[in-house]
Amino acid sequence: MSRRQDRHQRPAWSGPLGLYASGTTWLHRLGPGAKSVGLAVVGLLVLVVRGPWGAVLLLAAVTVAAASAGLRRRNVLRSLLPILVTAGVVGLYQWWQRGPAIAVEVAAGLVTVVLAACVVTATTRSDHLLDALGRALAPLRHVGLPPRTVALSVALMIRSVPALLATAGQVRDAARARGLERSPRALLVPAAVRTVARARSTGEALAARGLGD
Amino acid sequence: MIELAGATVTAYTGTGHGGQQEILTILHPVTCTLVEQRVAVIGANGSGKSTLARLVNGLVLPSAGTVTVNGLDTLTHGAAVRRQVGFVFTDPDAQLVMPTAVEDIGLSLHRLDLSAAERDERARAALARFGLGDRAEVPVHALSGGQKQLLALAGVLATEPAVLVCDEPTTLLDLRWRSTVDTLLEGLDQQVLLVTHDLEAAARADRVLVVDEARVVFDGDPRQGVATYRDLMAVHR
Amino acid sequence: MPVAPENDAVPAAASRVPVDPDAGGRALPVPVLRSSAATDVALIATFAAFVAVCALLPSIAVPNLAVPITLQTFGVMLAGVVLGPRRGSLAVLLYLAVGLAGLPVFAQGTGGLAVLGKPSLGYLLAFPLAAGLAGLLVGRARSLPTRWLPVAIFGACAAGSLLLTHPIGISVMGARLGMGVQEAIAAGATFLPGDVLKNVLVAVVATAVFRAFPDLLQRRP
Repeated sequence: MSRRQDRHQRPAWSGPLGLYASGTTWLHRLGPGAKSVGLAVVGLLVLVVRGPWGAVLLLAAVTVAAASAGLRRRNVLRSLLPILVTAGVVGLYQWWQRGPAIAVEVAAGLVTVVLAACVVTATTRSDHLLDALGRALAPLRHVGLPPRTVALSVALMIRSVPALLATAGQVRDAARARGLERSPRALLVPAAVRTVARARSTGEALAARGLGD
Repeated sequence: MIELAGATVTAYTGTGHGGQQEILTILHPVTCTLVEQRVAVIGANGSGKSTLARLVNGLVLPSAGTVTVNGLDTLTHGAAVRRQVGFVFTDPDAQLVMPTAVEDIGLSLHRLDLSAAERDERARAALARFGLGDRAEVPVHALSGGQKQLLALAGVLATEPAVLVCDEPTTLLDLRWRSTVDTLLEGLDQQVLLVTHDLEAAARADRVLVVDEARVVFDGDPRQGVATYRDLMAVHR
Repeated sequence: MPVAPENDAVPAAASRVPVDPDAGGRALPVPVLRSSAATDVALIATFAAFVAVCALLPSIAVPNLAVPITLQTFGVMLAGVVLGPRRGSLAVLLYLAVGLAGLPVFAQGTGGLAVLGKPSLGYLLAFPLAAGLAGLLVGRARSLPTRWLPVAIFGACAAGSLLLTHPIGISVMGARLGMGVQEAIAAGATFLPGDVLKNVLVAVVATAVFRAFPDLLQRRP
């Protein structure tokens, strides 16, 4: 059991651009706000439209949109794989329990929403999406949360992930050096304490740069 | 000009859950007027020298007495003081808060009310000045320790502060980077308050403060200060 | 306990007494604390990153449990318990927002709006609420004797997951998969044993964090 554990590799951090795939199609050019609204409409339609034919039609429409975004089929299939497996399992279960019509409706509905969301994610740069989010959250300044603070928090979090991953690696090595790599406590307590300490010094650095004024 | 008048720092001990917290002194009253271009602060770990440095830009506020920089009180004019006093920490990893170098410098420039284009231009100019011109878009976590400290310095100096406080800026660096940073600091026009364990760098300052057990125990000539510090450490041993 | 000045406020002159260098038995001046705004932002952002790291790290194999558990919910509840209700739920919200925007911070390095379509969406949406509730309850329990603290933290986390995470998660899953109430509860119950274990871990780890940083338990803005 422990041998299998050792073979796990630390997941690579794919950087601030995330799952975006660059391109120049109409979907790439469409603003992030419009695409988010479109995604919400698809989600709503899946809930409202009843029956297997409507569900299949929606899935077909979203598939056409995905094809027009010029995404690499292998990447799309890879991000769809988990939901395809879920849809398959749930579809079989519902076929057995409630018949083919419900099975197709539920399975197609799941794949439709996830595929639409994948298309939005793959055609929109994360920073543009986060900017749009910042603009959408701008009214929060009335409850004491200025948009600049939101943007700063996002950037600070993105900066902290690779640093904390490195800390987790150091903690794991330290635990291993003392023969404690099987103890969740020896791994998690130092990781959590260092996280707080890091946040404290970062807070001090922000204050020193006048960002709390 | 940095003026400390009876500046005292106390802190809660923070022991016990919910119980009465005790207060202890982490810096006994300090009174001095620092006008020299290069002031070094030396002392053992935990002696209070970092607290002294943090008093100067209001990161730590005096529990009694006053600290003023160019006539501005850190307690009542904290924001204005921080615009005049740049601060460089020991560990640049905690100081650099943005994902890429150019964004991090841009963040420092935010308070100068520039347009986005001007900000970007000045950030890139600051990077070029420190030999980091080709590192603008590189993720900060991919830089070496020395490059990170250089970037931290570039970010602080981009806003052109009148005073620079450095809390052991070279402690984590290798010899090559240490001399790079030392040379850079020595070439600055700003008044520099340097907290350091590097006694050679301290001896080159115009004035030295020695801090021991929460008190300033020496204030004056650098060579004499370094000698005092060496004697102190010998006694402790 | 001495009264600390409020955030952003310039401390009243009354709290500053002139000091005699050789004060002897005289009371020491009260510490003056700097505004915590910058530190709060740093704590929120760093804990959002901590939740991401918990979700990204390889799962931990637990003896006597068939399914290896990921640490995502551990990170979520720890953020709530350690930071308190306001900062804790903001940290989890920030994590969700950044993940939804497409950065690969969800379990198995996924991210993006695709999670909105997944049956597990309800669990994600419940996270900030559960973290907030746990943080609130721990704040209420801080005057308990130290040895009861881990028990209180476990109870607060259990309340968060039993009252919020599971009901919301199971409802959404049932609706998305066209399941009846009993089917959905049966499917959702498979997560419960792992959840109890993670809440025990939160209690142990948070107690250690509070020992290292007692003020996190005392000041919970």
